[in-house]
Amino acid sequence: MSSSVFTAANFWRLVRQAVFYAAIVATWQLLYTLEIWSPYLFPSPHDVWISLRANIENGLIWDSTRASLGRLTVGFALAFVAGTTIGVACGTMRWIDETLGSLVVGMQSLPSIAWLPLAVLWFGLSPNAITFVVLMGSVWAIAISARDGVRNIPVLQRRAARVFGAGRLQTVRYVTLPGMLPSMAQGLKLGWAFSWRSLMAAELLYSAVGLGHLLQVGRDLNDMPQVLAVMGVIIAVGIAFDRLFFGPIEWWVRHRWGLAQT
Amino acid sequence: MVTLRPKPTSTRQPVPPAPLLSLRGVSKRFVSSRHNTTAVQDVSLDVHAGQFVVVVGPSGCGKSTLLNIVAGLDRADGGEALFDGRPIRDASAERVVVFQDAALYPWLNVRANVEFGLKIKGVPRRERRARVDRYLELVNLRKFERAYVHELSGGMKQRVQLARALAVEPRMLLMDEPFAALDAQTRDVLQLELQEIWLRTGATILFVTHNVREAALLADRVIVMTPGPGRIKSEIAVPLQRPRDIDTHAVVDFAAEVRRELQHDEYATRASGSGYVI
Repeated sequence: MSSSVFTAANFWRLVRQAVFYAAIVATWQLLYTLEIWSPYLFPSPHDVWISLRANIENGLIWDSTRASLGRLTVGFALAFVAGTTIGVACGTMRWIDETLGSLVVGMQSLPSIAWLPLAVLWFGLSPNAITFVVLMGSVWAIAISARDGVRNIPVLQRRAARVFGAGRLQTVRYVTLPGMLPSMAQGLKLGWAFSWRSLMAAELLYSAVGLGHLLQVGRDLNDMPQVLAVMGVIIAVGIAFDRLFFGPIEWWVRHRWGLAQT
Repeated sequence: MVTLRPKPTSTRQPVPPAPLLSLRGVSKRFVSSRHNTTAVQDVSLDVHAGQFVVVVGPSGCGKSTLLNIVAGLDRADGGEALFDGRPIRDASAERVVVFQDAALYPWLNVRANVEFGLKIKGVPRRERRARVDRYLELVNLRKFERAYVHELSGGMKQRVQLARALAVEPRMLLMDEPFAALDAQTRDVLQLELQEIWLRTGATILFVTHNVREAALLADRVIVMTPGPGRIKSEIAVPLQRPRDIDTHAVVDFAAEVRRELQHDEYATRASGSGYVI
């Protein structure tokens, strides 16, 4: 990813991508016209567009997206703080890594939606239950990348701090935290993707305003265009955050740390 | 003419009465499940303020361990390591190490890297700025103060490390093969620069290397170590005038003397499988 320079290479890449997506829409339209499947199971691109516009105009998409992102922000912020703390502790102290660290790896293999029954029993049918699922969806990935980030700091960088008389806390502040950032930038991006998925899954199962719920409503009403339109919005939000927020952060960190590859 | 004078440390005539650094019978063993290694055995050495002492020996002879003990990064398990008369218990900005490589912080620019030790020490901002300016000037890096570590050449990185170390104004500078990872030309330049800096600042330096030419160029005293276990074999005073130049006969001849002294044990302890360069 280059720093938004409009070069010929970038131009042709955009052209290729545009052609590719145009071809997908054209094939879709063709399959629709051939009427292989009934139109209510396989709507046309135009039907989906109409549904999307209707949902935008009546404000449902905005309200749902805002509600979903609000929950995500709370859950992800908690995961960031908890994950970083766990990761730094595992990365700096061997006995914590041997105990808590092994649990983290185990938890990472549990699909976050499996936390929903527990969350509902603990918090009731409330937004807190969803926030909890989002937290569980990303905290382990963030913890693991934080731990790896700490471990990848060259020994000499920590020794150099000690040589100048740095204590434990000073070493964490001046060496560990900045030194782990490249790995953290990747971990946050990954963690965000995990929490976005967990959130959608949780919203599908639990009714409250949100994109997942809007998807569920589409199913309940047998409204395939709405289902596809909302799926498109979920993808778009995911890509937007990845490309416009986490991507640039990662790019900047890798450049500043001198890790960028061409 | 080059003279080779191995001397026991006890008969040396110190310029100031008390040595700044005093090692007495220092030993260090590394114990692992497979085998125990005696890295350093019964090393006694005094370094006085203002001296440039170079410890030379093949890799694996324990010279870096010795340096780490002086730095306070490793603990000796036998003997005494005294700095200014007090036992060395921990690392301290009084004795700063210049490492071989990879010890700078890539997220900080040159200026901030040089400032690092001062920040740890809690030096006020104003004085930090003045000192960073002064030491960047000393190592000729004023023009590159905004550059990041990955934009620097190997030689520039070592200059930054030197400035960072000097900026806290340590009482002793410890250098752990600081030029070993550089190409030959850069190494020559940096050796001469270090000599000049030493002449200008009067720093006390303990320098570890496997490069005998480097030892001959820089040292007041060369300490020759032998491997397995690491011991001091002999000490050679370097009577050459300063400033010295790398390719002068005096330095080359002296380096040859040191090499002979080293080579002598290379035959005796082939097992170490290590080398040194001239």
